[in-house]
Amino acid sequence: MTDTAIDTASVVRQSLKKRYRAERRFRYMGLGAILLGVAFVLVLFVSIGSKGYTAFVQSQIALEIYFDPDVIDPEGTRNMEQIGRVADFSRLYKNALKARFPDVTGRREVRELYKLISNGSTYRLRDMVMSNPDLIGTRQTLWLVADDEIDMLNKGFIDRDVPESNRRLSDRTIGWVDAIDEGGSLRKAFNWDFLVNGDSREPEQAGIGGAVVGSLFTLLVTLMLSFPIGVAAAIYLEEFAPKNQFTDLIEVNINNLAAVPSIVFGLLGLAVFLNFFGMPRSAPLVGGLVLTLMTLPTIIIASRAALKSVPPSIREAALGIGASRVQSVFHHVLPQALPGMMTGTIIGMAQALGESAPLLMIGMVAFIVEVPGGPLDPATVLPVQIYLWADSPERAFLERSSAAIMVLLSFLVAMNALAVVLRKRFEKRW
Amino acid sequence: MALYLIILVLLAFTAFAYNYGRKRALAVAGTERKSRLHSLPHYYGAWTAIWCSLPALLVLGLWLATQNTVITQFIIDDLPREIRELPAERLGLVVNDIRNQAEGAIVSREVSPEIQAAADQYSRLKTTSRMAMTVLVLCLGIGGGILASRFIAPQFRARNAVESVIRALLILCSSIAILTTIGIVLSVLFEAIRFFEKIPIPGFLFGLEWSPQTAIREDQVGSTGAFGAVPLFAGTLLISFIAMVVAVPIGLMSAIYLSEYAGPRLRASAKPVLEILAGIPTVVYGFFAALTVAPIIRDGGGLLGLDVSSESALAAGLVMGIMIIPFVSSLSDDVINAVPQSLRDASYGIGATQSETIRQVILPAALPGIAGGVLLAVSRAIGETMIVVMAAGLAANLTPNPLESVTTVTVQIVTLLVGDQEFDSAKTLAAFALGLTLFLVTLVLNVIALHIVRKYREQYD
Repeated sequence: MTDTAIDTASVVRQSLKKRYRAERRFRYMGLGAILLGVAFVLVLFVSIGSKGYTAFVQSQIALEIYFDPDVIDPEGTRNMEQIGRVADFSRLYKNALKARFPDVTGRREVRELYKLISNGSTYRLRDMVMSNPDLIGTRQTLWLVADDEIDMLNKGFIDRDVPESNRRLSDRTIGWVDAIDEGGSLRKAFNWDFLVNGDSREPEQAGIGGAVVGSLFTLLVTLMLSFPIGVAAAIYLEEFAPKNQFTDLIEVNINNLAAVPSIVFGLLGLAVFLNFFGMPRSAPLVGGLVLTLMTLPTIIIASRAALKSVPPSIREAALGIGASRVQSVFHHVLPQALPGMMTGTIIGMAQALGESAPLLMIGMVAFIVEVPGGPLDPATVLPVQIYLWADSPERAFLERSSAAIMVLLSFLVAMNALAVVLRKRFEKRW
Repeated sequence: MALYLIILVLLAFTAFAYNYGRKRALAVAGTERKSRLHSLPHYYGAWTAIWCSLPALLVLGLWLATQNTVITQFIIDDLPREIRELPAERLGLVVNDIRNQAEGAIVSREVSPEIQAAADQYSRLKTTSRMAMTVLVLCLGIGGGILASRFIAPQFRARNAVESVIRALLILCSSIAILTTIGIVLSVLFEAIRFFEKIPIPGFLFGLEWSPQTAIREDQVGSTGAFGAVPLFAGTLLISFIAMVVAVPIGLMSAIYLSEYAGPRLRASAKPVLEILAGIPTVVYGFFAALTVAPIIRDGGGLLGLDVSSESALAAGLVMGIMIIPFVSSLSDDVINAVPQSLRDASYGIGATQSETIRQVILPAALPGIAGGVLLAVSRAIGETMIVVMAAGLAANLTPNPLESVTTVTVQIVTLLVGDQEFDSAKTLAAFALGLTLFLVTLVLNVIALHIVRKYREQYD
C-alpha cells in the first residue's frame, strides 16, 4: 500500500519538472504569437512610412526667367486669347536653362539640359502670364518643379557609384544638378502639387487630389444610400418583423452577404448597373451603389445590435402612455440607438473607403487627369490610385504610392477615432 | 429640365403639400379644433406629402432606368434592314457609334447618312423623353397631392395610413438584402450559362490548361483559347493554404494567450493593435507584398541558391496570412471565452497545469467553433483579390511549389474584365463563370461555418 503511494507521488514529482517546462514553453509560444502580430503591424507601417515620407517634398530649381516678349507675343498684339493659344511658354524656361549653362551646345545635350525641369512648368508659366500680362518683358526668379529623375537624384535614390550606362541619369546631367545645387538654386519644398493635382504620366505632376475627390463623391453616395436603408432594415428586423420564413430568409441573406467576396459585388455592378441599366462607366455614382450593397450588412448588423441594447422598458413606457408602435420606435427607441448606429456606419464607411476590388470591375481604374466635378464624372478612388501607381515602373511613382497609402491610412485612423469617440461619449449602460 | 432641378421642384411641392395638408386638417376640424381630428394635424400633412412625392419619385426612377433601353430599341427598329440583321455584337457597335455621334464624341468609323439620321433621331427622342418625363413627374406630384388632400376629413385615420406606408418602406429596405443576393446570382448565372454553352462544364472544371487569349481573327492559329480552370483552383488553394499556415497558429496562439494568460492591461493594449491589421485596406497589403516582401523572398532565396520567382505564391500567401491573423484570433477568442469556467475548474482540481488544461480540455471543447472560424477565414482567403492581383502572377502554372508564380481565380476575373471588353467573347464570359464558382464555393463554406459556430454556441448557452 504505502509503497505504491510513495511511488505515485515520486512519479508525479519526477514528471513535474518536465510539465512545468512544457507550461513555460506554451506560454512563451502564446506571447511570441502576439509579439509577432504586433511586429507585423510595426514592420508594415515602418516600411510604408520610410518609403513614402519623401514624396511630401519636391525638388525645385530656381531659374531667372525672362518673360521675353519675342517668345510670348512676337507680333506685339497683346491679344491674350491669341497668346494663350499660340505662344510656346516652354521656350521661357528652356531659354533660362540655356542662359544658366551657356557652354552647352549640340542638339542632344541641349535636349538633355531641357529635361532638368518638369514640362508641367509650361502650364505654370502660361497661367502666370495669362493672369498677369504685365509680367511680359520682366525678369523673375522662380522656383520651378524639377523633373522626377532629378528629384530622385536629389533625394538620394539614384546611386552615383553605379556605372553611367546602368544609371537613368548621365554624368553630364548629374554635373549640371551639382552645379545648380552649389549655386543654392536647388531646394526641396513642400509638395502641394501632390495633394491637389490629378493623376499624370509624369510622376512629378501626379497627385492624389483627383482620387481624394473621387473617393469623397463615392463615399457620399454610399453614405446617403446605405445609412437610411441600413437603419430602416435594422428597425424592421428588430422591432416589427414577425418571426416567419420571410424574415428568416432576410437574416440568412444578410449574414451571407457579409461574407461574400467583394469582387463578386463588382461583377454584380458590372452586369446590373453598367450593362443592364446603362449607367456610365467609371462614375462615382455606380461605385457608390456597389459599395452600398457591400456595406449594408455591416450597417444592418451594427444597427440591430444598437437597437437590441435599448431596454424594453423604454418601448413599454411609450406604449403605456398611448403611443403607437411606430411612434414608440421613432420617437423613443431610435434616438437612444442612434449613436451606436452611427458608430457602425462610420466603420462601414471606413471599409468602403479602403475597398478597391469591386471598383476595378466597374471601370474606376481609368487614367483620369481631371479632378472630377460631380458623381457622374469619370473618377478613380484613393485605393485604386495606389494600385495604379504601384504598377508603374518609375521609382518616383513608388514613393508617391507609399505616400498615398499614408494619406489613406490617416483618413481611416481619423474615421475610426471618430467612431471610438462617439461610442465613448454616447454609450449608455442601462 | 435638369434632373436635380426636377427633384428640387418636387421637394418644394412636397413641403408645400405637407403644409397644406396640415392647414386643411385644422380647417376641417372647425372651431372645436384638434379634438375632432382622428390624428395629430401633422399626420395629415405627412399623408399629403407622401402622396405628392412617392408616386412621382417612383415614376422618375423607373423612367431613368428604362429610357436608354427603350430609346435604343426605337433606334434599332428605324435602322435599315441590312444593319438591323447584323449579329448582336456588331449591332451593338453601330448603336454605340450612333450614341457617340449624337453626343458629339469620337466615332470609330466614317459617319454614313443612315447613322447621322439615326443619331439625330436619337437626340430628338432623348429630348422628347426628358420633356415627357418632366411633365409627367411634376403632374403626378401635383395630382397626388390634390388627390390625397381630398381624403382629409376629421374621421380619416391619417396616422394609421402614414404608419402603414412607413412599415411598407421598412420592409422594402430590408428586402434589399434578398434582392442583392438574387441580383448576384442572376447576373453571374446568366453570363456563366452563356459561357458554358461555348465551353462545356466538365472541360471548365477539370481542364488542365488555362490560356484565355482568344484570337482577333477567326482563322488565326490557336484561336479558341483554353479554359480549363484547374490551374486557377490549384493556385488559389496553394496561396490560401500558405495564408492559413501563417494565420491559424499565430491567430490561435495569440487568442489563447490573450484570453487565458494575459492580464487586463496587456489584453487592453495588444488586442486593438492586432485589430489594426483587420482595418488596413487590402490594397496596402498588396503593395507591401509586391514591393517589400516579394523582393526580400526573392533575394533571400537567391542567397540560398534557390530560383524564386519575383511573383512567388509564398509572398502573396504570407501577406494574406498576416491580413487574416486578427480574423482568426478574434473568432477563436470568442469561442474560447464561451467555454464554461466549470470545465477549467474541474481540470485544475485534478492537478492539471494551465497549458494542459488548455490543450486537453479547452481546445477540444472549443474545436468545433475554432473549425468554423477557420472555415470563414479560408473563404476570406479564397475571395481576397487585391493582394493576389498585385503580388501573384498571371501565369497559370499547375505547380505545388510555393516559390513559383501561380495565378488565382480572382486575379483572372480582374484581368479578364479590366479594360475594354466585348460582352460576347468567351474570354469575358469566362470571368463570370469563375465568379459563379467563387460565389458558390464561398457560400458553401460560409453556410457550413456559420452553422457550426451557431450550433456550438447553443451547446454551452
